[in-house]
Amino acid sequence: MSITEYFQLVVSDYTLRTITLGTAVLGAICGMLGSFAVLRKQSLLGDAISHAALPGIALAFLITGAKDTNVLLLGALVSGLIGTFWIRGMITKTHLKTDTALGLILSLFFGFGMLLLTFIQKQPNANQAGLDKYLFGQAATLVEKDVWLMTTVTGICLVVLLLFWKEFKIMLFDADFTKTLGFNIRFIDILITFFIVLAIVLGLQTVGVVLMSAMLLAPAAAARQWTNRLSIMIFLAALFGAFSGVFGTAISASQNNLSTGPVIVLVAAVFVIVSFIFSPGRGILFRQLRFRKNRRDLKLQKTLQFMHSIAVNHENIKHPHAIKILNNFQGFTRKTLQKMEEKDWITITGQQWALTSKGFHKAENLYNQQLADDRTAD
Amino acid sequence: MEKIAVQVDDLTVAYNYKPVLWDIDLFIPEGVLMAIVGPNGAGKSTLIKAILGIIDPIAGSVSIYGKPYDKQRKLVAYVPQKGSVDWDFPTTALDVVMMGTYGSLGWIKRPGSKEKKAALEALEKVGMLSFKNRQISQLSGGQQQRVFLARALVQNASIYFMDEPFQGVDATTEIAIINILKELRKAGKTVIVVHHDLQTVPEYFDWVTFLNVKKIATGPVKDIFNDDNLTKTYGINYKVAINK
Repeated sequence: MSITEYFQLVVSDYTLRTITLGTAVLGAICGMLGSFAVLRKQSLLGDAISHAALPGIALAFLITGAKDTNVLLLGALVSGLIGTFWIRGMITKTHLKTDTALGLILSLFFGFGMLLLTFIQKQPNANQAGLDKYLFGQAATLVEKDVWLMTTVTGICLVVLLLFWKEFKIMLFDADFTKTLGFNIRFIDILITFFIVLAIVLGLQTVGVVLMSAMLLAPAAAARQWTNRLSIMIFLAALFGAFSGVFGTAISASQNNLSTGPVIVLVAAVFVIVSFIFSPGRGILFRQLRFRKNRRDLKLQKTLQFMHSIAVNHENIKHPHAIKILNNFQGFTRKTLQKMEEKDWITITGQQWALTSKGFHKAENLYNQQLADDRTAD
Repeated sequence: MEKIAVQVDDLTVAYNYKPVLWDIDLFIPEGVLMAIVGPNGAGKSTLIKAILGIIDPIAGSVSIYGKPYDKQRKLVAYVPQKGSVDWDFPTTALDVVMMGTYGSLGWIKRPGSKEKKAALEALEKVGMLSFKNRQISQLSGGQQQRVFLARALVQNASIYFMDEPFQGVDATTEIAIINILKELRKAGKTVIVVHHDLQTVPEYFDWVTFLNVKKIATGPVKDIFNDDNLTKTYGINYKVAINK
């Protein structure tokens, strides 16, 4: 099946449509909430939470003996939340730094989860097969019910986000100040963290505990490159996430033996790379180009200023001078002189140059001009 | 006698075991422009944060015009240290200043045209109106400090707490800021500033508190800003030229 066939099939094929919708919605909610994690500098919290969810899945299976997705995810939610509160407790109550607390909880919970998984696998019970799909995810197991759950959670999350937009924004930017205004920052904080945990748990079935944090971070990191507005950043992150879901599913469905979760994550990574290079404001490419252009402009301006310092000693500013006297000054080449003539700053006749009145004023105002440019840059 | 704007009783704050503030009693009269001075680690920022309820003290109480801070929030504005936030946050100067109005709006309600007008006026007052749509990371340190000041002005409070507003700003911005602070005092507001530059204390402020874990002294600059108190606070024989 080729990619085009896939997109034709999405319309008609029920299973494919369900999976595609599921991964798209998942990508959107992860991008949205991932923006908060990135802006709070809690990028790794997502990784720790998703790993911390694994023992919950195993324990839920051991207790109920059934593989009902909702029950397993409830177990994941509980153990993910426990992991989160332990991390926060460690950071506030001990001298441990954030990274240490995250690393500890991540490996401790993941190790315990793996232990339980291997224990379950050794059990004489045919029912246990397939629990390990939560490690790397298996989008093919998504059914309509799962998609409805994801959509409902995304909807609730969106409503809460719109309702508390102002509070989320100020809390993300300046928590201390928010507290002095009388907002309950603990409440806002718990609300954000709870939704992040919820999004992670929803994604476990599709992407798995190991790669889940990439779903949160990649769309948000890519979106940050394109805008300086929080609202647009969150919107773009949701969009990038949804596209990663759709394209990831498309690629994985059109090739045999490509697992969906990792492909989705790789597509999201492509969004990140493209954004880092090509975004106009913060991208590496345009920054480098701007940097080069600025250097060239500065060189011209330095030469102009040197000429100005000579010309200013003459009554007639347009009095010609030999190009030779510029030799004392390193900043010029034939090409720069030509450029300056093009800009109508100087005139060149034979081996002599003379400032034009435009060039003279330009040189006089160079410093002020720079300040003015700065102001009108918006 | 003047009204007491801020009263602090027996305030003690500790992180872990070591006390950062020890048994502070402080009266700040209404309408003063007060500097809090002391060496690094003296607890200057902590004092402000404890008064504003950002840090929970282990003992003591604070009152603003005779009532607890919770009841008087709208009378108080705060300028945190510039370094306490991430200036790469995706937002504009105007947006940051608007945040000063969030307290009076309360939960959920969004700022409208009235709040925007107030924010623009505050930006104009600090000379930053032409930068209103600038992303905050593209502002210089002095400009960022002015934006923070504008955010506090928008709060339209009676008492202003400022944590090192002169840190890392150039001479022009420093003069611009101090002029605004003096204007606030003229309008009858109380302004409390954590300050580092002892040389400028007599020129800028009329009230001063010496702090080094304990309160060393507090009162009018002309009465208590002397070598004796400086030495007690900084532990060395400190000499400054005081231009009375």
